[in-house]
Amino acid sequence: MSKLFNKLSKRLENLEKLPKLDDNKSIPDVLIEKGINRRDFMKWASAMTAMLALPGSFSPLVAKAAELSDRLPIIWLHMAECTGCSESLLRTDAPTIDSLIFDYISLEYHETLMAAAGWQAEGNLENAIEKHKGKYILMVEGGIPHGESAHFLTIGGHGKTGEENAKAACEDAAAIFAIGTCSSFGGVQAAIPNPTGAVGLSKITNKPVINVPGCPPSEKNIVGTLMHYILYGSLPALDAYNRPKWAYGMRIHDLCERRGHFDAGEFVEEFGDEGAKKGYCLYKVGCKGPYTFNNCSKNKFNSHMSWPIQAGHGCIGCSEPDFWDTMGPFEEPVADKLYNTVFGGGGADATADKIGIGLLSVTAVGIAAHAVIANFKNPKSDDEE
Amino acid sequence: MANKRIIVDPITRIEGHLRIEVEIDENNVIKNAFASSTLWRGLETIVKNRDPRDAGFLMQRICGVCTFSHYRAGIEAVEDALNITPPLNAKLTRSLMNQALFMHDHLVHFYHLHGLDWVDITSALKADPAKASKEAFKYTKYPIATGENDLVKVKDRVKEFAARGELGPFANAYWGHETFRLTPEQNLIALSHYLKALEVQRTAAQLMAMFGGKQPHPQSLTVGGVTCVMDLLDPSRMAEYLTKYKEVSNFIEHAYCADILMAGQAYAKEPSVTAKAGTMNFMSHKEMQLNRTEFLFDTGIILNGDLSKVHPINEDLITEEATHSWYKDDEPLHPYDGKTNPNYTGMSEAMTIGAQGKEVHSKVIDEKGKYSWIKSPRYDGKAMEVGPLASVLVSYASGNKKIVKIVDEFLEQTGLPTEALFTTLGRTAARALQVKAIIENGLETFDTLIENLKVDQETYTTYKIDKDKEYKGRFIGDVPRGMLSHWIRIKNGVVENYQAVVPSTWNAGPEDSTGLKGPYESNLIGLKVKDITQPLEIIRVIHSFDPCIACAVHVMDTKGNELGSYKVDPTYGTSC
Repeated sequence: MSKLFNKLSKRLENLEKLPKLDDNKSIPDVLIEKGINRRDFMKWASAMTAMLALPGSFSPLVAKAAELSDRLPIIWLHMAECTGCSESLLRTDAPTIDSLIFDYISLEYHETLMAAAGWQAEGNLENAIEKHKGKYILMVEGGIPHGESAHFLTIGGHGKTGEENAKAACEDAAAIFAIGTCSSFGGVQAAIPNPTGAVGLSKITNKPVINVPGCPPSEKNIVGTLMHYILYGSLPALDAYNRPKWAYGMRIHDLCERRGHFDAGEFVEEFGDEGAKKGYCLYKVGCKGPYTFNNCSKNKFNSHMSWPIQAGHGCIGCSEPDFWDTMGPFEEPVADKLYNTVFGGGGADATADKIGIGLLSVTAVGIAAHAVIANFKNPKSDDEE
Repeated sequence: MANKRIIVDPITRIEGHLRIEVEIDENNVIKNAFASSTLWRGLETIVKNRDPRDAGFLMQRICGVCTFSHYRAGIEAVEDALNITPPLNAKLTRSLMNQALFMHDHLVHFYHLHGLDWVDITSALKADPAKASKEAFKYTKYPIATGENDLVKVKDRVKEFAARGELGPFANAYWGHETFRLTPEQNLIALSHYLKALEVQRTAAQLMAMFGGKQPHPQSLTVGGVTCVMDLLDPSRMAEYLTKYKEVSNFIEHAYCADILMAGQAYAKEPSVTAKAGTMNFMSHKEMQLNRTEFLFDTGIILNGDLSKVHPINEDLITEEATHSWYKDDEPLHPYDGKTNPNYTGMSEAMTIGAQGKEVHSKVIDEKGKYSWIKSPRYDGKAMEVGPLASVLVSYASGNKKIVKIVDEFLEQTGLPTEALFTTLGRTAARALQVKAIIENGLETFDTLIENLKVDQETYTTYKIDKDKEYKGRFIGDVPRGMLSHWIRIKNGVVENYQAVVPSTWNAGPEDSTGLKGPYESNLIGLKVKDITQPLEIIRVIHSFDPCIACAVHVMDTKGNELGSYKVDPTYGTSC
């Protein structure tokens, strides 16, 4: 571990030598100005350290990384999207450190936020790429209408396609992050029959792309990915779908607050029933938690306000590739489906931990059987309710 | 001298991809205008052949901001088709989530997107904080964030930016524009509220997440009801909602509404915001369930600005056509029969006015042919404006007491005539009046829900989808940007056809086959731009429709460009 510690320290030292993008303000200053004291900041850093699966002693390094995040220029492109991913970041309930850090990194280009429009915006993108060649981080939101279909998205006075812009921006990026399921895997517009030929970012560039899927992903996963890059300067451990393992290494099911009910065979049979009022497991009303790799059960959304399973609806598998086609119908259990299952669609089978297709299929069948058997074991008669 | 063509693409700081092209004569008067949407995603095609219960989830992804609107519309269109009536608790919960959406959305739109079209930041630097603090009492009995020391602090903060030659979040080249009308003190008040609103809006977003699981893209609605029964039955959760609701509504009343009153008085005589609207027909649909039977806003149509009569809506007269849209089927069709088959014809090469005010080589839309991914919806062949202004006008003309009171109060306090409602200023004010009506009446929904939960805990209605039957249904309602309708046909147990007619379509659609323009385009024509390098007037008009779905973010990137308002046009001022 000390070897890693030294390696990360060295990386941060080197980063520190880079020129700041704004000499007048540093992230620590900003935090103080916002009334966030050092103690709160260190608390955040240790939470982030745990999230990145690093030992607690690394907290100071994470804090340092956060302070250095304004050394990295970021270009954010919008493709075929709904702005939900930008929104996810920007709508935390109080100016949390996550969102503040996002506010103070050097966002060189972001169509929803920037002041410039038209010709000048077009110029900004070209200038940012030129000026920070090989140094900027590229974040892309949205699927990309591709090839023959590229004209479904044009941007700028010259009518360039989104694909042209994205390709060009990938060329000289230091690191590329696909933010959200659309840029990771094509997303909703790429669902069957994919009328606009939309694809994920990794399909239009040869450069390595880190996928941060979710519809939208939580702000923690986006910021964490950025922190990881600052710390290591290299790509994180990824699963078969190029998702960082530290965030997408476990199933929703593994840490679900309703897991106890699953194990006890207590299921919501229909929305609004007695089980629903008691917070029983949602597997039988279609929860895709067992097949979905993400950390929502731990991190929740809107600053821990809630998450879909807490709100009584099953997970819809939104961070899995092609989930629109493989996870639907969303309100029916997978094992009841005769077509388009997660296995047929290659859903959660080929993931990080290399569970063989057979094994997960067995697991799925097992889960379904468990649901049925458990029900026999615990007959719930109406008068008991 | 021939008219000059100016392209603005991308129009930044909006949700989605929008291109505006205008022609200006030698007096800088806009002679023609074209709005072109440059992105198509095809969700209406994708939803076909899917399980109808999934339609709402898919349609939700139209937009990550009014995310709840399309989710609810998709769910309720299916409920209408299957003839399902959700339990009262579900209806009221959906209404609360909808109120949360309006509160968040309108607040953010005014301060972080539209506000800086009205407020001159540099003028605020000349303000006397003590005087400004007193001024704030003219518009409300309980001002917020305008104590003298608050204002001193705000002023110092902005001064610091200005001294560095950077206006941080206020980097915007139009400061000092002669159409700004607020005094330095008034500008300082608004500026302080701008900063405070950044915090308040985050709480507003939580109001929805509380029952929705997350925001954007909540996940607690299902065909037949809502799933958040545990939250509803948890008294501490309900109390938390109430606390946050009061916090947000307090700010809306004593900051947002007060600032609108201030702007209304100050801008009463500014020609660029008081010119008569280009489209004088308004349509809206009843919305916002308050109790078992009543809704806050009314249904109807106002024709030619005549408030003496409200016409009923005949849904059979709604059509969409695609003469100037990139689709194959030009003829006007009812949404049940609507077709969405893309037919992209591209743009042509031309010379237009570039960033330096000189002619540059560029692409231009084909105004004689097809030029937008948006269709042209019409009602009985007429263009209609939808949105908060339409909702307020229709309710007002219907004699809805709750709305009449609010509108009359506003007119009286600003000294504006009723005609002033049919303007850019009126459109901006109406958004605040609409949300004021919501905070004055929204707790009735909450109280009804609590009372009902004591005796009835039903949140879901069971139903069956018969694979051998055919169904058709629709949702119509009013969402933050206006009237929204979703239309669905179900056959063999799957979605056979789906059309969404969204507010931006009504407002931003291109010309139709008769040359009739939609509201965006018609409201730009005739507008005089005082200084072609600072087309603030255009921005005010476009922004007043809320085309951009706001990111309420406090971004001060280290370059200092940010939440100013965006620049339209050729010589757009500051470089970032």
